[in-house]
Amino acid sequence: MKLSALHQSYLSRRSNSFRSSGPLDSSSDGGYKSPAAVFWIILHCLCCLISLVLGFRFSRLVFFLLFSTSSSNLYTPPFRSAVELAKTLDVHSVLSTNSVANNFRLPFPNKTASNSRVVVGRHGIRIRPWPHPDPVEVMKAHRILERVQKEQRLQFGVKDPRTIIAVTPTYVRTFQALHLTGVMHSLMVVPYDLVWIVVEAGGVSNETASLIEKSGLKTIHVGINQRMPNSWDERHKLESIMRLHALRIVREKKLDGIVMFADDSNMHSMELFDEIQNVKWFGAVSVGILATSANIDESSDRKEEEENPRMPIQGPACNASNMLAGWHTFNTLPFAGKSAVNIDDRLTVLPRKLEWSGFVLNSRLLWKDGEDKPDWIKDIDMLDGDVESPLGLITDPSVVEPLGSCGRQVLLWWLRVEARADSKFPPRWIIDPPLDITVPSKRTPWPDTPPELPVKEKPEMGIQEPIVKHTTKTRTSRSKHRSKRKHETRTDTQVSTKHSEQN
Amino acid sequence: MRICLWGLLVVALGFAWSITAAEHNPRTERISGSAGDVLEDDPVGKLKVYVYELPSKYNKKILQKDPRCLSHMFAAEIYMHRFLLSSPVRTLNPQEADWFYTPIYATCDLTPTGLPLPFKSPRMVRSAIQLISSSWPYWNRTEGADHFFVVPHDFGACFHYQEEKAIERGILPLLRRATLVQTFGQRNHVCLNEGSITIPPYAPPQKIQARHIPPETPRSISVYFRGLFYDVNNDPEGGYYARGARAAVWENFKNNPLFDISTDHPTTYYEDMQRAIFCLCPLGWAPWSPRLVEAVVFGCIPVIIADDIVLPFADAIPWEEIGVFVAEEDVPKLDTILTSIPPEVILRKQRLLANPYMKRAMLFPQPALPGDAFHQILNGLARKLPHSKSVYLKPGEKILNWTAGPVGDLKPW
Repeated sequence: MKLSALHQSYLSRRSNSFRSSGPLDSSSDGGYKSPAAVFWIILHCLCCLISLVLGFRFSRLVFFLLFSTSSSNLYTPPFRSAVELAKTLDVHSVLSTNSVANNFRLPFPNKTASNSRVVVGRHGIRIRPWPHPDPVEVMKAHRILERVQKEQRLQFGVKDPRTIIAVTPTYVRTFQALHLTGVMHSLMVVPYDLVWIVVEAGGVSNETASLIEKSGLKTIHVGINQRMPNSWDERHKLESIMRLHALRIVREKKLDGIVMFADDSNMHSMELFDEIQNVKWFGAVSVGILATSANIDESSDRKEEEENPRMPIQGPACNASNMLAGWHTFNTLPFAGKSAVNIDDRLTVLPRKLEWSGFVLNSRLLWKDGEDKPDWIKDIDMLDGDVESPLGLITDPSVVEPLGSCGRQVLLWWLRVEARADSKFPPRWIIDPPLDITVPSKRTPWPDTPPELPVKEKPEMGIQEPIVKHTTKTRTSRSKHRSKRKHETRTDTQVSTKHSEQN
Repeated sequence: MRICLWGLLVVALGFAWSITAAEHNPRTERISGSAGDVLEDDPVGKLKVYVYELPSKYNKKILQKDPRCLSHMFAAEIYMHRFLLSSPVRTLNPQEADWFYTPIYATCDLTPTGLPLPFKSPRMVRSAIQLISSSWPYWNRTEGADHFFVVPHDFGACFHYQEEKAIERGILPLLRRATLVQTFGQRNHVCLNEGSITIPPYAPPQKIQARHIPPETPRSISVYFRGLFYDVNNDPEGGYYARGARAAVWENFKNNPLFDISTDHPTTYYEDMQRAIFCLCPLGWAPWSPRLVEAVVFGCIPVIIADDIVLPFADAIPWEEIGVFVAEEDVPKLDTILTSIPPEVILRKQRLLANPYMKRAMLFPQPALPGDAFHQILNGLARKLPHSKSVYLKPGEKILNWTAGPVGDLKPW
């Protein structure tokens, strides 16, 4: 239906644009045909015949060439006749000289009230000369997005969000950059105020300091003088001591907020930070343990993992009325005897019974003089030894608040992966000075590599010949593009082509 | 002295109460258009509508033949009829009626793909008017000036989907004095009569309500649009469809990561709109589109690219404050225009859109709710009352020409 419309529209547009009336007049006079209209009908028929002969739309080309007033190549203006354009130009100049209100009625030569600029018909598609994004505008758009999202958070998100105090024990080792960067990026995206306490074993080092600087967060970087031991048990103990040290800093500085333990090898989801805002005093979340190996016995007599038979979860367990009833802990029995003892062991590393990272506490619990501090919290200064989990900080484990819809949501994941204790890595992961000796690898067809076998071993070349031929061909084509050592390549290829010529 | 003190106390309390009563919910803002705060007006008691009893060949039988008419975007005519039948503004006594409604479903002759064909509509309307003018005296009394018709098709009562044909035909001569309730609105266009009421196209409310996502989901898409840019079936060379505006949007912004525009039909269309800040509503073959309704309901600021368009309920809703208007010639600069809007203005527009009355005014819920599009139509009709004296003709006076129009329209239906 609309295919023929083009022809119809074409005709009517022609006739419309050349009538003395404007293009949008209500043509209630159906039977009236001006001589101009008849002339255009004849012209149109002629153009159709020519198009039939030539095989393309001749008429459009003629009119485009005759009447287009394009100023730039890319921009085709609305397709109007010269007469109309003149009229509109006059109109515009009139409008600009009298700065009038919007309801100024132009004295159009005929009485149609078509003051609108909207014309029915074919219009040009306006494309600007450089249709690509402008970086300044992209930044402005991002600012707008940020502002809108901030407003959304204000309206629908957590009311009165508290500062998050993240405690991370770390030490310098090969995988420190990997793990710490992950945690750092997670913390940088958190939409709430954040204080990051980094406790380092072996004293404060430049490595860690340079990593942390890039975050732009408010950090407190302290060190303790013991070095990280090699066995996992001792490590866990030292980490607990480091975390207690951080809690003492919270107490000294009277930091106000929610303390969470962001171990540097863990993976955190952003919902975790939204969820822990709901804690009142002491809360627990479910941690997914990614330590399973493929040999796990999938017997179904594990009561804890009914929801998630594949991934073990550590965290609070609730009864039917959503009250804390117990704890899910990691079942170490399948791993008995097969778990890593030292850091170099290539066996799975197991978590402890209850990881520190699954707990959050209100920092006011740690203050010396809390007005409404509950009485089930032990004083940190009294604790000296190893506290295995934060439950050691409280006297009554039933006061713990289960978070994340009563432990059903897993909000963070635990995994320990470490390199060998003696593995080396460049300080700060910067290769300085740059490596200057490049040893070519034996398998890439590098143009600088001489062929493997020298000239004297000819008979063995017979087998390798077809391969050599292919590679020389590629080498010659590539060597032209590698400009550095032209002379050697040319001699090389000459040598190799000599071989191929000989055989 | 004591009475003075008590009086002062009462005044102070009253003042405080009025302040708290007028306090805005910080999330939404009141809408006040050029007609005043009329979105929340109740039309009951302000007007009386008489519904003509037409034989079912004009309405029910047509619907029975094709029930798809109930869910396409022109379904407003059917739901308006149903609403009026059970509304308190309906009166069974035509003597006391201010407005007369003719229930005729003129947009229900659908092609197999669901597009309405307008070719028989003029004859159908004409035959209906002949019927009501011969069976009741009220048409001849005013020649239709106190009657209203719902004509939601592409170009309203011009009854054609193609603009040039529609302009040629003009509004059906018999409807020239009646009030037309239509979706099409463009200034200085023959198919928009003075005094017509523009309404939004029908969008199925259940489908929309079912697709809401949590409001705290951050809006991360800057500009969103899904639809055609080139109509290759009907306009292969481009430049005709949408007056080249949609093609210009594509050509200028297809490489721009801020513009999420494509011709996809994703299943998450409604959800994506709720994650976008701006939703483009460019014209197509006609200037109006259901995208406006969807954008308003989902809180996405509509960017209207249609010169001289008249938006629904334009006197009740301040569209300038809610949406962004971009002239078709400014499309290449669309990204500059949108990023230069100050964030406070954007937040204000979002607050206005979040107003539940605003969202309701764009929808046709069943059963009807106060403040919905049905009530806005009645409010619009009520605002035109009382009828001026010129509406009533002297006996024997005739203004309409019953034989005007193309010959094909005069055939009986």
